Amino acid sequence: MKSSLKNMVLVLFCITLISSACVGFVNMITEEPIAEAKAAAVKAALAEVLPEFDATEKSEHTADELLIIAYKATKDGEVVGYAVESATKSGFSGLVRLMVGFDTKGTVLNVNVLEQAETPGLGAKMTEEGNPLVESVKGKSAPQFNFKVRKDGGDIDALTAATISSRAYAEALARAYSVFKVVAGWEKEVQATTGASQTKGGEDSNHGNFEPKRGKE
Amino acid sequence: MANRVTTFLKDKLLLTWRGVIKENPTFVLVLGMCPTLGTTTSAENGFGMGVATMAVLIMSNIVISLIKNVIPDKVRIPAFIVVIASFVTVIQMLMQAFVPSLYASLGVFIPLIVVNCIILGRAEAFASKNNALDSALDGVGIGLGFTLSLTVIGAVREVLGSGAIFGYDLGCGDYMPLVFVLAPGGFLVLGFLMVLFNKFLKK
Repeated sequence: MKSSLKNMVLVLFCITLISSACVGFVNMITEEPIAEAKAAAVKAALAEVLPEFDATEKSEHTADELLIIAYKATKDGEVVGYAVESATKSGFSGLVRLMVGFDTKGTVLNVNVLEQAETPGLGAKMTEEGNPLVESVKGKSAPQFNFKVRKDGGDIDALTAATISSRAYAEALARAYSVFKVVAGWEKEVQATTGASQTKGGEDSNHGNFEPKRGKE
Repeated sequence: MANRVTTFLKDKLLLTWRGVIKENPTFVLVLGMCPTLGTTTSAENGFGMGVATMAVLIMSNIVISLIKNVIPDKVRIPAFIVVIASFVTVIQMLMQAFVPSLYASLGVFIPLIVVNCIILGRAEAFASKNNALDSALDGVGIGLGFTLSLTVIGAVREVLGSGAIFGYDLGCGDYMPLVFVLAPGGFLVLGFLMVLFNKFLKK
């Protein structure tokens, strides 16, 4: 078809109009199911990291400009545990989001990877069942646990050849613990977690202290 | 009559098959190298990207061949891009809403399809010159060819790099050269497979 200014403008206008109408329409009909699917995914993740519960109370926190959502799980009105939807930007590619479950004493019950885009075969192994990361932290008491990979003097077993991903995982866990301390009423504010890129350390005075600390250090 | 039907079917079959071997998008046309190298870290990922691309390709080919007569030549590329991008967005939202499990495994590839030049390339080279049926079949053929090559590249990289195939552990992961999962290995595997493909399959 020969092009003239009039038909070019007209055709492009019509095509963009129809396309955006289609996208808008589909967005309208899918908005609700998408929200439901997301809620169902969160619910499934909660069930995996927490003991049996019948109600959750949601609270929102921020750390490193990321939204961290904490859930207080109760059964018959009694608190049975806390789950923290933690995230970090320190992964190899994209966000690493974890759902971490704690009991009321701060014992890590389980960890579920909600989102990650790490290298398949390397960092992506963090999603596998029984990987060294989750195994080294499961059942450990968080106040006595050093949320760093072994290479950095911590207690977390890293994935082979995936140090960056393992450090990101460790950072997200540490962040989850610092938010847990707030929702559990141990501390008033969310503390800054150490960066995953930090290689030295492990002598952080936060760790190895059984008594929960109050306030900022 | 029967004769005409068979020739017709044979023609269409050949048209479809051409996209798989003779005009294989990855090994022969060398289109869409970015998603090819980026997603073929495992056989499953390669397969997923291939199938998602095929779905978009078939639909965009059909629509573009239907509206080809009303699009002025000078604005055909922007028009194609709008159509393709809308399709990708619609598919992404539909998948997210109604098949969240599939979206969880393929979701990361969907936005990549927009930048895949196979789609635009076929719209320009084929769909804008042929009727809707042929364009759909071209989409099927090229889509199959793309899926096949991505799965093969992904499988080779997965076996060499992490000692597994389709996620099934072969038990030798610790002794395999990791580089094949990373970008340099992707280039190596792609290069060697391209040589083999052109030597043995494409006559």
